[in-house]
Amino acid sequence: MKLPYFPGCTLKTTATNLEIPALEVAKRLGIEMIELDRWNCCGVVSYLVSDDLMKHLAPVRNFLRVQEMNAKGIVENENRLVTLCSMCYNTLSLSNKRMQKNPDDLQKINDFMHREETKYDGSVEVVHLLPIIRELGWEAVRKQVKKPLKNIKVASYYGCMLLRPKDVGIDDAEDPQILEELVSALGGETIDWDSGSRCCGSYHTVNNKDIVVNLSKGIIDDARKNGADVIITSCPLCAFNLDSRQKDIMEKYPEFESMPVVFFSQLMGAAFDIEKEKLGWEANYISPELLF
Amino acid sequence: MAKLIKLDDKGVEFLDKIMELSGETITLCDQCGTCSGGCPFIAEMDVNPSQIMRQVMIGQKNIMESKTMWICASCFTCTVRCPRELDVSKVAEALRQVKLREAIDFIDIEKISEEEARILPSIAIVGAFRKFTG
Repeated sequence: MKLPYFPGCTLKTTATNLEIPALEVAKRLGIEMIELDRWNCCGVVSYLVSDDLMKHLAPVRNFLRVQEMNAKGIVENENRLVTLCSMCYNTLSLSNKRMQKNPDDLQKINDFMHREETKYDGSVEVVHLLPIIRELGWEAVRKQVKKPLKNIKVASYYGCMLLRPKDVGIDDAEDPQILEELVSALGGETIDWDSGSRCCGSYHTVNNKDIVVNLSKGIIDDARKNGADVIITSCPLCAFNLDSRQKDIMEKYPEFESMPVVFFSQLMGAAFDIEKEKLGWEANYISPELLF
Repeated sequence: MAKLIKLDDKGVEFLDKIMELSGETITLCDQCGTCSGGCPFIAEMDVNPSQIMRQVMIGQKNIMESKTMWICASCFTCTVRCPRELDVSKVAEALRQVKLREAIDFIDIEKISEEEARILPSIAIVGAFRKFTG
């Protein structure tokens, strides 16, 4: 299966430990993710008000590249655009839904992009890698497991952007199971907890770090209370807030006990026993290496 | 005895503007408080999300001085729970936009230390500046 792939900015900088293992595990599952030619930033956060369509230009322009890949025969009849970053997934999806539901908005955006060779026809479907793997079946995942995750208890952290709003959520907004199913296919155990879809504070990490310190501490404490050894996520911003911000949590709360936070792709990579240098453990702030 | 609240012209104008920008029929809010009950940021807010809905509904423009709309990070928890299917996160975005369109930003790049700028991922910086600048 060949899929057009949108990486996003952070996967090329601070979250290479999300992308590199993901590309490798996808390959082992028979999914070839082909990076879009000339992709641009999705804008990170979706623009929620009714006017000022200009803010949707960045996400929508990427969909032209998917159409072009099909036209050039790089992929065959593949309207799905796969993402790894939860925020890219959410922002691209919300803009796409808006274009699909409002032909007038789509027309205006196309008019603005008049120097492009193609027009966006509304045909792209934005997907996240996790549901693509779920469609393949967990049995396919189980077959690739070389080192089952024994004696590791995993806290599945969905955050906000994979689940909400409902029309872009990859699973049930209140009771998601996809990460639990993945961990189970990898031979690991998950915990039952309440903080799996509780916001980590998001972009407040830039100018109101205290909000993030408090929210992230609450999430990590809850994971520990319920017996977790590690937290998994698919969001590079959640990963920064939950992992790197542990430095700030420890400064404010000296009694705080740290916990590793890894990307779902790293967890898969460890269970698939991919090359160590592709796991990217050195990019995690709290080292998860001893667990695996 | 029922008491009639009559909005003055400025109040109506404010309500209409927020309803138009958010695309939400704010007057449908029942004040059940579900949005406030589930909001992960409630401890940081000076006015609850359901109170924001009420204040906008009755045209109280002074709600613009509350910090609540800036604290809301569009996590959409209230969005998926509102029994009236109202999207409070869109209302918060509309309120932010009213201020931002007066060229009043909520973030100052000068205040980000060099040390922080080195470690912050691009996703955080782009996200914050898209939400906090006009």
